[in-house]
Amino acid sequence: MSASWVLPERRVAEAAVGEVLDEVWEEEPGLKGWVTTVNHKRIGRRYLVTAGLFFALSGIQALVMRTQLIGPEADVVSPEVYNQLFSLHGTTMIFFFATPMLFGFGNFFLPLMIGTRDMAFPRLNAFSYWVFLMSGAFMFASLPFGVAPNGGWFAYVPLTADFAPGLNIDFYTLGLLFLGVSTTVGAINFIVTALKMRAPGMTLSRVPLFVWGVVTTSFMVLFALPPLNVANLMLFMDRRFETKFFAPEHGGDVVLWQHLFWIFGHPDVYIIVLPALGIISSVIPTFSRRSIVAYPLVVLATVATGIISFGVWVHHMFAVGLANVSLTFFSAATLAITIPGGIQMLAWVGTMLRGRIVMTTAMLYSCGFIVAFMLGGVTGVMFAVVPFDQQITDSYFVVAHFHYVLFGGAVLPILAGLFYWWPKMTGRMTSPRWGIWSFVLVFVGFNLTFFPMHISGLLGMPRRIYTYEDGLGWNAWNLAATLGSYVLAVGLLLTVAIFAHSLFRGPRAPDDPWGANTLEWATGSPPKHYNFPVVPTVHSLDPMWDGKTLQTMETHRHDDERTMTEEHMALRTSELDGRFEAVMPMPSDTPVPFVVALAMLAGFTALLFSAYVVAYVATAMVALSVTWWLWHRPGVE
Amino acid sequence: MLSPAGPKADSVAVLWWILFWISVAVSVVVIAMMLWAALFRRKETTVKHDSGQRFVLVLGVAIPAAILIGTFGLSVGGIAGNADPPTSTQVTIEVTGHRWWWEVRYPEAGFATANEIHVPAGTPVRLRLRTADVIHSFWVPELMPKIDLLPRRVNETWFSADHPGVYRGQCAEFCGTQHSHMAFSVVAQPPAAFQAWLDQQSAPVTAPDTEQERQGLAVLESSSCATCHTVRGTEADGDLGPDLTHVGSRDRLAAGAIPNTFGYMAGWVSNSQTVKPGNLMPPQQLTPDELRAVVTYLQSLE
Repeated sequence: MSASWVLPERRVAEAAVGEVLDEVWEEEPGLKGWVTTVNHKRIGRRYLVTAGLFFALSGIQALVMRTQLIGPEADVVSPEVYNQLFSLHGTTMIFFFATPMLFGFGNFFLPLMIGTRDMAFPRLNAFSYWVFLMSGAFMFASLPFGVAPNGGWFAYVPLTADFAPGLNIDFYTLGLLFLGVSTTVGAINFIVTALKMRAPGMTLSRVPLFVWGVVTTSFMVLFALPPLNVANLMLFMDRRFETKFFAPEHGGDVVLWQHLFWIFGHPDVYIIVLPALGIISSVIPTFSRRSIVAYPLVVLATVATGIISFGVWVHHMFAVGLANVSLTFFSAATLAITIPGGIQMLAWVGTMLRGRIVMTTAMLYSCGFIVAFMLGGVTGVMFAVVPFDQQITDSYFVVAHFHYVLFGGAVLPILAGLFYWWPKMTGRMTSPRWGIWSFVLVFVGFNLTFFPMHISGLLGMPRRIYTYEDGLGWNAWNLAATLGSYVLAVGLLLTVAIFAHSLFRGPRAPDDPWGANTLEWATGSPPKHYNFPVVPTVHSLDPMWDGKTLQTMETHRHDDERTMTEEHMALRTSELDGRFEAVMPMPSDTPVPFVVALAMLAGFTALLFSAYVVAYVATAMVALSVTWWLWHRPGVE
Repeated sequence: MLSPAGPKADSVAVLWWILFWISVAVSVVVIAMMLWAALFRRKETTVKHDSGQRFVLVLGVAIPAAILIGTFGLSVGGIAGNADPPTSTQVTIEVTGHRWWWEVRYPEAGFATANEIHVPAGTPVRLRLRTADVIHSFWVPELMPKIDLLPRRVNETWFSADHPGVYRGQCAEFCGTQHSHMAFSVVAQPPAAFQAWLDQQSAPVTAPDTEQERQGLAVLESSSCATCHTVRGTEADGDLGPDLTHVGSRDRLAAGAIPNTFGYMAGWVSNSQTVKPGNLMPPQQLTPDELRAVVTYLQSLE
């Protein structure tokens, strides 16, 4: 690598302490190191790759479904298989792709953006990855045996209770309970890291918007997951132990499930979208060559979205037959959540209008996102209008709407983020020319797949049907959507090829290839294990541009509290204004998180097959290994 | 729902076109600003380093808030407008969802039919909705928005069709294997024709005319048909499957899955699993003779 590509300030800092830190933070090679690592960047990469695989698997399911719907009365898969495909597709995309993918970005970049050396709880971080991997494998193990969840991602009772014999729904309830452990501890880790480990000088008003997105999402996870977990536990007990929470003939209530599910389910949309919007808020300022417009308003909008999102869930239930007064309230709340969305949208557009645009692949994807999210947003407002919602809910119009929100609002930002941060993660550049093709194919394919669904929905096509009759006027729109899905698949394959080519043949990346504004670009490409040789003092919202922050990496290079060369250590600072508090020892490699996750997998598998004695043994193993975890702190005593 | 044929669907269609044009206007403005920046603020421009707060407050808060308050008015107006029928209802129809067909009962006339709802055109009809098993949802896009059918609850609503015609309805809440084949039709008739239909349907069947039909009736009463199906006026009085009293008068079979002809019905009776896989009617072990007889008999039940 040419030395001039290293930022001069970092070169000086590395010259002072790089060698010592290399030794202190070196990791064990080979399989053992692979299982025992607690390094946030390796874990972040794993999250991205694993979530990417789930995206591919569940994308293939979508292609099979689209092929089944290519024309009326097609016979590609049986109704039972189709029902399993759409149930697992939704469950996977929401739970095992979108959230973990964005947690992957969070894992890799949140510590870099706030200028620290690892996550607050590195072992917990490793644990949350292993649980994610194992719960995903657990859920997907059902598919080859033909017993995948078949009650939709929303699993309404009583269809999933008395009317669903077999293991299908048990895979669903147990798989989601298992995964919930991962998401919950991951969220706690992000919150503590962002509040306690920001580089000195990074007051709350200098926190990058991506970090705000991840932290808001993490708080939402803590409040949204408990209702889902409770609902799944109750459903599992109804199915296995004859409890009657959801059994109407014994005084149980089927609508209770819907309330519990959607008070999780609607916030979950924002749990997915907020970090993705954070990616856009990272890309647009960099390529507009100016700070984000109205930063305080955007922060306020992010947090407000998180709070209001807990008050809109009944708009998923407008056709249930609830009292008009509650429909009116939730109609108003649903409209209100548009305001913070509007603030962010106008902040991005305003930033572009006041800046100078550099068109990279990441920026192309961000522009594509603005179009898609705009359309998904306006159709979202329509659902707040109660009679319109009642007419169009559970039709293909909804499928179109939420794919504009989730593919447009999360997958396009994820692709923008991958192209943006790829050089930082791998040390290699991607081809800008092929990047244009990637964007064009994905964007055209996406719109061709999902736009026609608005129309088939308006023409009366319900969701979740494996086939339809001829002569209803739906044929052409379905054919277009299916062809679009093939174009989209080609675009995504090309994108994978671009990344693969870059990994082996791409030109080397400098520290800061884009002239970006946030701290992750002050590290090497890829960053060293210890991220920052010298933890800088942050002087502004755009530390790379203020002409002062980078300087502090030089000036503090002999300051022990900033170099921390003795062992794994990180800085602890105050929550609000990022004042120095202490130097904290950090744990190093350990296999314990892996062992705990494995014991939990054994426990959930035992529950699945009603081997309750084995489940007790596994629980004891979990308790023992957690005790060991708490007792023995590698690298700390 | 783009071709409404009744007051409820009319009002939603009006809402849709208002929302559609607002959405187009808002999207065009925002996307145009983005494209303008992307195309024209490239190499030779100077970056403005102001805060931009006022731009966001006006375009991102004030204008959307005004639009949203107007939209809320539409929502509340819509809820109120649909609450009660314009004139009092003359006919009540009880619909019960089953996996995967619709039981249709006319309590005033005292009979049941399946998957075909006849109504008088131009007058509001009261609907009383229940389910026998899982959650279903009643939806006739051209006539009315959907409403769910929930266990142990009765949802009441109303609708009306402006003109005589046949309007397709379909279950809109995922209800298991054959959710896709759970359609029905609403047949709106001139009041006199509707009254004639009511009179005809409420009568029990008359004795069969031909030898083959007599044989068919015997098969029906002696085989497993009678455990699940009712034909009023015979010994068949099961209540698990659709009432077949006037099955010959219906346009389609198996909740819209197939046309009601001799051939389709024979295929359905002998092995319905090939037609609608997963449905709850088991294949019937009948000799070709018995099959022909029973289908001939059922087809005669106009």
